[in-house]
Amino acid sequence: MIDEGPWPRMELIYERSRAGRRAGRVPDYGLPRPELPAELRRTHAPRLPEVSEPELVRHITALADRNFGIDTGFYPLGSCTMKHNPRVNERAGRLPGFRDLHPYQDDEGAQGMLELEWRLQEILKEIAGLPAITLQPAAGSQGELTGLMLMRAYFADRGEDEQRDTIVTADTAHGTNPASVTMAGYRLEKVATDARGNLDLADLGAKVNERTAGLMLTNPSTLGLFDEGIEEVARIFHAAGALLYYDGANLNAVVGRSRPGDMGFDIVHFNLHKTFSQPHGGGGPGGGPVAVRESIAPFLPAPLVVRDGDTFRLDYDRPKSIGRVRGFTGPAGVFIRSYAFMRAYGPGLREMSDVAVLNANYLLARLRDDYELPYDRLCMHEFVLSARRLKRDHGITALDVAKRLMDFRIHPPTIYFPLVVPEALMIEPTETEPKERLDEFVEAMRQIAREAAEDPETLRQAPHHRPVRRLDEVRAAKQPVVRYAFETEVVT
Amino acid sequence: MSYLSLTDADREAMLEAIGVGSIDDLFDQVPAGVRFERELDVPPALSEVELMRHLEELAARNAHFGTELSFLGAGIYDHYVPAVIDAFLARGEFLTAYTPYQPEMSQGVLQAIFEYQTAICELTGMDVSNASGYDGTTVAADACFVAKHTSDRSKVVLAETLNPQVRQVVKTYARGFGLEVVEVPHDGGVTDPDRIRAAAADAAAVVFQQPNFFGCLEPAPDLAAAASEAGAHAIAHVDLMSLGLLEAPGAYGCAMAIGEGQSVGCPPLYGGPHYGFFAARQEFIRRMPGRIVGETVDEDGQRGYVLTLQTREQHIRREKATSNMTTNQTLLALAGLFTLCWLGPQGLREVGETCVALAEHAKAALHGRGFELAFPERTTFKEFAVRVPRPAREVIREARARGVHPGYAIGRDYEGLDDVLLVTVTEKRVPADIERLADVLAEVSG
Amino acid sequence: MAAAESYPDDLLYHPEHDWARVDGDEAVLGITWFAQDALGELVHFEAPEAGVSVTKDEAYGEVESVKAVSDVVAPLSGEILEVNARAIDEPELVNEDPYGEGWLVRIRVADDGELAALLGADAYRAVIAEQ
Repeated sequence: MIDEGPWPRMELIYERSRAGRRAGRVPDYGLPRPELPAELRRTHAPRLPEVSEPELVRHITALADRNFGIDTGFYPLGSCTMKHNPRVNERAGRLPGFRDLHPYQDDEGAQGMLELEWRLQEILKEIAGLPAITLQPAAGSQGELTGLMLMRAYFADRGEDEQRDTIVTADTAHGTNPASVTMAGYRLEKVATDARGNLDLADLGAKVNERTAGLMLTNPSTLGLFDEGIEEVARIFHAAGALLYYDGANLNAVVGRSRPGDMGFDIVHFNLHKTFSQPHGGGGPGGGPVAVRESIAPFLPAPLVVRDGDTFRLDYDRPKSIGRVRGFTGPAGVFIRSYAFMRAYGPGLREMSDVAVLNANYLLARLRDDYELPYDRLCMHEFVLSARRLKRDHGITALDVAKRLMDFRIHPPTIYFPLVVPEALMIEPTETEPKERLDEFVEAMRQIAREAAEDPETLRQAPHHRPVRRLDEVRAAKQPVVRYAFETEVVT
Repeated sequence: MSYLSLTDADREAMLEAIGVGSIDDLFDQVPAGVRFERELDVPPALSEVELMRHLEELAARNAHFGTELSFLGAGIYDHYVPAVIDAFLARGEFLTAYTPYQPEMSQGVLQAIFEYQTAICELTGMDVSNASGYDGTTVAADACFVAKHTSDRSKVVLAETLNPQVRQVVKTYARGFGLEVVEVPHDGGVTDPDRIRAAAADAAAVVFQQPNFFGCLEPAPDLAAAASEAGAHAIAHVDLMSLGLLEAPGAYGCAMAIGEGQSVGCPPLYGGPHYGFFAARQEFIRRMPGRIVGETVDEDGQRGYVLTLQTREQHIRREKATSNMTTNQTLLALAGLFTLCWLGPQGLREVGETCVALAEHAKAALHGRGFELAFPERTTFKEFAVRVPRPAREVIREARARGVHPGYAIGRDYEGLDDVLLVTVTEKRVPADIERLADVLAEVSG
Repeated sequence: MAAAESYPDDLLYHPEHDWARVDGDEAVLGITWFAQDALGELVHFEAPEAGVSVTKDEAYGEVESVKAVSDVVAPLSGEILEVNARAIDEPELVNEDPYGEGWLVRIRVADDGELAALLGADAYRAVIAEQ
């Protein structure tokens, strides 16, 4: 069959499978093989693929060819911080002393790992400006849930848990925030954003009272703007006896420039896979450590990593702890990579944020006239444009812009978020991009704006140069097909 | 060292385009009262060669499976991770990609997740699987949340033989979910279905583990039946690496099958990152937490893959979400998928057989030296509980001084079992290793 | 394939974008054109069962599109007599014909005093204009 390239027809691994093929072999020591009880034994072999190693490697390669990572090109996905993932971190993660270490090893047999975790804690505490920390949560959203549980425990300890049943979030909040609030058993109260992109203090004042447990906020916000009233915001909540929780998704803007603890936040989660270069892996893994004020430290998940002179150990003696939120001390492999990243920069982590903010402002300055800028301010590490004008004048939406960017070998920015901006395009270049990539992005966005006026159909039919055209998401939701059907699969 | 790409000339040109004099000007929006004016008090920057030296020094101070003959298991296992996984992880298109929200840019990851979902459904006998949860502990909390919201009940029953960390995490989450948690004690190393039936009378779910934390095989079909008879969902917490030999939970009446995927495709790595898996019957599809990939077609009728049923996810349903999960464990789950592909159904079965054979050999060797099993009448899989004549923690310490880590001190989590060791044998051990274990244990037991 | 925008005069409206067609002591309920337009093509209707009670201003089910899920709010209290099975099998009917074939449930009205709180077509149009 002639290969019409560049995207060859793609099979599922189950379609590459041939009965009797295999890749791996398992040693057999000729020992007696006891039979398991009949009622517990497998009756039908699982239909796993039967492939040889060459075919498996080809399959993995074909899949990789159809995917796009930061390694491939510019990836300005707002609020995701798609920065370069350093390769030395991968080498570190494969060191046998880390890779083959069992988590139930005695503390004295894990001193290297425990020291790494302790030192990571120290650096994170310095960046947050808070004195206590847990590394356990598996992701930012789990960090959020942990933070809310910490709030609950703090207020329960003071006899105020019944009374304080509400969490306040911004109307620009990440989708995880309201979901975490629900899972923690709290009510949700939303506060508006004002014309300058800050929390509306009048609205806030009206909504904070004795029922308020706390605020969940990211600063800078998802609009990429630093809340100029943050000191007053903190005062309002603390005066009402409530706490402030910092969503660390946008921390890349302010490392070494402003510390969440100094802004007034009492609980801070970090996204190691955003700010601190843990690779995103197509969706995960991540890491979501949570730093807290001294008054909240007693409630942190157990165990904590502590130092006694020259040795390090796990401290399980935490009587007021909320309990465990994940296995062991957390995602250790993620700690290794983030720690390596931090040690590479040292105090120069501040420059990381400086350049993240410089890159974003440069794009903003060059794109503000071609698209609509809803908040006329210098931004921080990201900013939001609106494609509203294109929609009004030419019927071209943010979605069309995103799909056409793919043809330029650029990953689209985040679209339709935050909800307060219509036809939103949230752009975060990060600090690792060179100026030429930024200029290419500007040229691509300008060309798209021109095409909207001159040739909108090309935009509506985009992408033209990816393995698939636009996919029918309605069909996928209405008739969900979530596994290979073996006998009945129809290959197109 | 840094990963920045801008030159001084670039910066000047950019500042000029923005219309400010310096980068400091860009931070004017930060109120003076919250500006951080000193240098970060963190260790100085390291070059790559210095960094590797530092990390190698730390790694060298850990006693791991390469430096110590170890029989540790208890939920995290030293199974063989094939070299082909290195080839997978080396591809930056997987490693450095984000969640596949733009499907046309992410067909590789999306199709791979679809293949993973299929594999999990095949192994567990279920109809739908998500794209992974954080680990084996949090998927149990997820499953209890789903059970609560699909029944009118707000209690869950956990077998005491379910991994202690899993039970701890369920209890941590239960408060916020408004769930009462009840534990059913073990009976000589396994769980009694009658006790389950009684406890589950007003429960939304029963969660049990197969093989259980002691390595014993539970009467799983009877436990599932007992749960169902009491009107509760049966949830099995299982080991993927055992499912070449052991029956699929879907075949014996379970509503959901969950677990820690680490045993397939991930090295121990001090506890993570690994991946939790979550599979369920069709009726739960709209209640599943986490992401799900679905098959569809594009405008030209070509097959393709997308995230589907996303309204369940945090970013659309917001306060009505079935979970708040965004980042999951995709990379590790795909390592699991490709390991299953490398093994195939025959290889998966053989791993189970070799582990069972070696474990039986170990049981016999220890019995031959006079050690008693803690639960002698029970059938075990790849790990088993053995009594030692002194506190297990002491035995471990002294055995380690002789280069052998003999297993896990179960007394850490269970009362009255301070003299019990959980010994785990995987296909990476050989018969000579077992002789050495028996010798050392005999030496240190006095 | 959605219908053209309309708000029939013979219906009563709830500000959460639900309508009621009252007929004696029964009413048929559904969602308005505005609601189906905001959601986009519906993929799922999570329906209650016949015999269940619904309460004015409270959710009795959910409708779901690719991009959003939304409560369906009861404009009136009562007992569900019938659920539109076609809307469950072909939820896109709600987009095509929100006031006709896309009806959701039929109830026996518990308290016709509640009718007074509902809006007429003009009043409802005014509510939408402010959205």
